[in-house]
Amino acid sequence: METFTYYPGCTLRTKAKDLDTYARSSAEALGIALEEPSDWQCCGGAYTTAKDEIATKLSAVRTLNAAKELDRPLITVCSACHNVIKQTNYDISRDEEMASKVNNYLKLAEPYNGETKVYHYLEMLRDVIGFDNLASKVTNPFKGKKIAAYYGCLLLRPSKALAMDDPENPTIMEDFIKAIGGTPVIYAQRNECCGGYITMEDKAQAAKRSGAVMDSAKDQGADMIITACPLCLYNLKKNSGSDLPVYYFTELLAEALGLKEDNNG
Amino acid sequence: MQRIGVFVCHCGTNIAATVDVKAVAEALGHEPGVVISQDYQYMCSESGQNLVKDAIKEHNLTGIVICSCSPRMHENTFRKAAASVGLNPYLVEIANIREQCSWIHKEIATATEKAIILGKAAVAKVHLNAPLTAGESPVVKRALVIGGGIAGIQTALDIAEAGFDVDIVEKEPTIGGKMAQIDKTFPTLDCAACILTPKMVECSQNEKIHIHSFSEVSDVKGFVGNFTVTIKKKARFVDETKCTGCGLCTEKCPMKKVPNEFNMGLDNRTAIYIPFAQAVPKVATIDPNHCMMLKTGKCGVCSKVCSVGAIDYKQQDQFIEEKYGAIVVATGFNPIKLDKYDEFAYNQCADVVTSLELERLMNAAGPNGGTLLRPSDKTHPHKIVFVQCVGSRCDDSKGKPYCSKICCMYTAKHAMLIREKYPDTEVYVFYIDVRTPGKNFDEFYRRAVEQYNVHYIKGMVGKVTPKSDGKIDVQASDLLSNEQLHIDADLVVLAAAIEPDKTARPLATMLTTQMDTNDFFTEAHPKLRPVESATAGIFLSGACQGPKDIPETVAQGSAAAAKAIGLLCKNSITCNPCVAHSDELMCNGCSSCEKVCPYGAITYIDKEFRMPDRTTAIRRVASVNPAVCQGCGACTVACPSGAMDLNGFSNSQIMAEVDAICK
Repeated sequence: METFTYYPGCTLRTKAKDLDTYARSSAEALGIALEEPSDWQCCGGAYTTAKDEIATKLSAVRTLNAAKELDRPLITVCSACHNVIKQTNYDISRDEEMASKVNNYLKLAEPYNGETKVYHYLEMLRDVIGFDNLASKVTNPFKGKKIAAYYGCLLLRPSKALAMDDPENPTIMEDFIKAIGGTPVIYAQRNECCGGYITMEDKAQAAKRSGAVMDSAKDQGADMIITACPLCLYNLKKNSGSDLPVYYFTELLAEALGLKEDNNG
Repeated sequence: MQRIGVFVCHCGTNIAATVDVKAVAEALGHEPGVVISQDYQYMCSESGQNLVKDAIKEHNLTGIVICSCSPRMHENTFRKAAASVGLNPYLVEIANIREQCSWIHKEIATATEKAIILGKAAVAKVHLNAPLTAGESPVVKRALVIGGGIAGIQTALDIAEAGFDVDIVEKEPTIGGKMAQIDKTFPTLDCAACILTPKMVECSQNEKIHIHSFSEVSDVKGFVGNFTVTIKKKARFVDETKCTGCGLCTEKCPMKKVPNEFNMGLDNRTAIYIPFAQAVPKVATIDPNHCMMLKTGKCGVCSKVCSVGAIDYKQQDQFIEEKYGAIVVATGFNPIKLDKYDEFAYNQCADVVTSLELERLMNAAGPNGGTLLRPSDKTHPHKIVFVQCVGSRCDDSKGKPYCSKICCMYTAKHAMLIREKYPDTEVYVFYIDVRTPGKNFDEFYRRAVEQYNVHYIKGMVGKVTPKSDGKIDVQASDLLSNEQLHIDADLVVLAAAIEPDKTARPLATMLTTQMDTNDFFTEAHPKLRPVESATAGIFLSGACQGPKDIPETVAQGSAAAAKAIGLLCKNSITCNPCVAHSDELMCNGCSSCEKVCPYGAITYIDKEFRMPDRTTAIRRVASVNPAVCQGCGACTVACPSGAMDLNGFSNSQIMAEVDAICK
C-alpha cells in the first residue's frame, strides 16, 4: 500500500466532515494510505492571495515542508486549501525573494523551495490510480444518473500555477463521473463563481450567483450536482433556492465503491 | 602588403546619433594596413558608392571595410561597387554598426567604443580575405506550387502564362481551398464560386499546369534553380486517368454517414466521394477510414457500378520525383479549433457555430440548400449574435497575439446578408475594434450599420449559456454605455482566429525556410522583399505568410509568380562561392561532416594517395559538392581534425576577428 501525506484542512474537521471521511475510506479501498502530518495548521485561507505578504503563506509552507521531510507527495481535497497550497508552492519555486524571506523566517532544518509534488484528490484518482482502474473497482455504479460537475473558480485557476486541467473546458470531473458509472452533464455555468464569501455581506448576490449555477445544471437535465469545495456546497445548498441535490464528489466515490449507502437509491 | 580602405556610414542619424562616426574613422585609420579611412552620410547612395570606387582606384586598395548596416541589407551593393572597379567582391567586409550597435545602445561613448571594435575585427578579417570566383549552375525551367487554394491557383496560372511548366501539389482531393467554401465575397458581394471555379477549370485545361491532387511534398533536396522534390501521391483507390467524375459511385455507396468536411461536418457524405460539384480534378476518392470494402473486405458496390473500371482497392501510395527551378509555398490557413473557448459553449451547443460554418449554412450548395436554419432543430433563427476576435488579439496562450485581419469584414458581410435576406432577424455584433482599412471596406461596414441596422456593440461576450428551451443566453458587456447585457439568441457565430495550416511547419523544415513564432513563413524583408523567403528560390504566396483577404492573396500570388518567372527566365544562376572545402590530407574519413550537413552536399570518395614511404594507399575522404553546399559552416565546426574549412569564413579569418575583438 502506497502512503501519501494528506492535508484535510479546518473545514473538513467541522462543516465538511463528509468530504473528509469518504476521501479517506475510498483511498484505503483503492490501495492508498493517507497520513496526516502532525500539527498541521490552517492553510491560510483566502488571505494568502495577498501578494506581498509572507506571513499568510507560512502555514502552507509548513505543510508542504512536512510532506517533503517524509519524501511523499501531498494530497489535498478541499478546493480552497488546494488552491492556496499549490499556488504557494508554485510561487516559492519561482520567486527567489519570497523563498528567501520565508526560509529566513521559518528557519527550517533545510530550506524549502517548492520540492513537494501537490496532488488534488481528483488528480490522484486520475494520475496515480487512473480512472480506468477506478472504474474496474466500482461495485455500485451510478447507472443512468445524470450528474453535473461543479468546478467553481478555485479548483482550476490560476491555471498556470494549478496545472490541473483546462480552466474553460475541463474534463477531470466528467471523467470521474464516467468512471463511477454516471452520465456527466455539461452545462455552461460549471466553472463560474458560486458567490463565495459574499454570502457574509450580501445574501442576494450569493443567491443570484449560486442560483444561476443550479438553474443551468437543472436546465440541462442534471439529477444531482457534485463539488470539491465546502463553500460552494454551502452556497449551492443554502443560498441558491434550488432543490437539486448537492454532494461532495467523495460521497459518490465511496458509494460507488460500496463504502456508503444512500444517494444512488 | 595589404592596402585597406575603411568607410564609415552615418546612415543619416541612424548610426551617427549614437556613434561618433568621425572618431570611428579616425581610430580605424591607425589599424595596420589601413591607408584611407573616411566617413560619409549615406555610403549606400550613388555618391557614397562613388566615394568608395574612387578610393579603390586612387589608393589601389586590396581590401575594403564598410562600417554600416547589416550585410543582409547592403553587402551586395558594395560588392557590386567594388567589382565595377576591378576589386574582387569577396575582398569587401561589412562591419554591422547599425543593427548590432547604434540601434541597441543609448550612450555615445559605449556605442562608439563598440563600433571601433567591430571595425577592427572586420579589418583583421579582410587581411586574410582571398579573392573568390562564383561559379554558375543551370536553372530547371519548371516551377512547383505547394497548395492549390486561390493563392496557389493564381501563382500557377501566371507562371504558366509566361510559358513555363508548373506543378500544383494539393493535399485535398480537389484544388480550390478555403475560397471554394465561401459563399459571397466582400466588399462586392459577388459569389465566390462564380469567380473561383473558372480559374480552377483554367488550371485543369492549361497544358502547362499539372495538378497533383491528394498529394503531399515528402522530401526536398537541392538548391535554387535545381530542386529535387519527392511528391507523395496518396492512394485514392480510384484511377484518376479512368474516372470520368460521373458520380454514380457516390450515389450508390451504402456508407452514407461520413461527416462532410467540405460542409464543415454539418451534413454527411459517402465513403467514396467527390468533395463538391465543381471539384478539379473531378475524380472520386475513397475515404479508407470509412469504406467497408477497405475495412472489412465486404461491399465493392462502387466497383460494380463504375462503368469504366476506375475503382482500384489495391492502390498504394505512390512516390514520384520531379526537378524544379523554383518553389512557391501557398499552404494557406485554417480557423483555429475552439475547444479552449468553452465560455462560448462551442462544444456544448450545435447552434454556436464558427463563421466558416455559417458560410456553408448560407451557401446554396450547403447542408440547407442556402436557407439559413439552425443546425439543432432546422428552424429559422430570429436573433443572431456575432462574436468577433475569438482567439485573435489574445494575450494568453489560448489564442493568437495577432489580428486575423479578415474577420471584421466577413462579419459585416454575414450581418448584412442576413438582414437583407431575412429582414425580421435581429443581428448583434460584439467587437473590440472594427478594423476596415482597404478599398471600399469602411463604406461596406458603414452600410451594415446605417443601412441594414445591424447592432454593433463595443464589448466582449463573457458567457454563452445554452438553455433547454433552445434559446442561447448571451451575457456581454456594452463598454460604451457601461451595461451588462443578456441577449436571448437563437444562433451564435464565432469569428475564430486564423492560423497557418499544420503542414506548413514540417514543410518549412524541408525547405530550410524560416517561420515566425506563429508558424507564418517569414519573408526575406518585411517591406522590400515581401514574397521571397530568405532561402533562394523559395517564394511565398497567400495566407501562409500572414493573414490576408482574397484580393491581397491574389496580388501576392501574382507577385510570387513574377519573382519565380524572373528566376526561370535565366539559363543559369551565379552560385555562392563561400562554400566548404575539405583538405584531403587532413581528412580522416570519420563522416562527422556528412552527418551534420543539412543539404546533403558532402559525400565520401576513395582516393589514391602517395604515402611518405613511396607506397600508394587508398583513403576514404570527404568531398563537397559546391553546387549543393549553402555555406552554413556546420561541417567546419563538426570536423574533429580541422580538415573542413569555409571559403570566405575560414577558421583563421574567424579567429582573427575574435582576436581583434578581445585584444
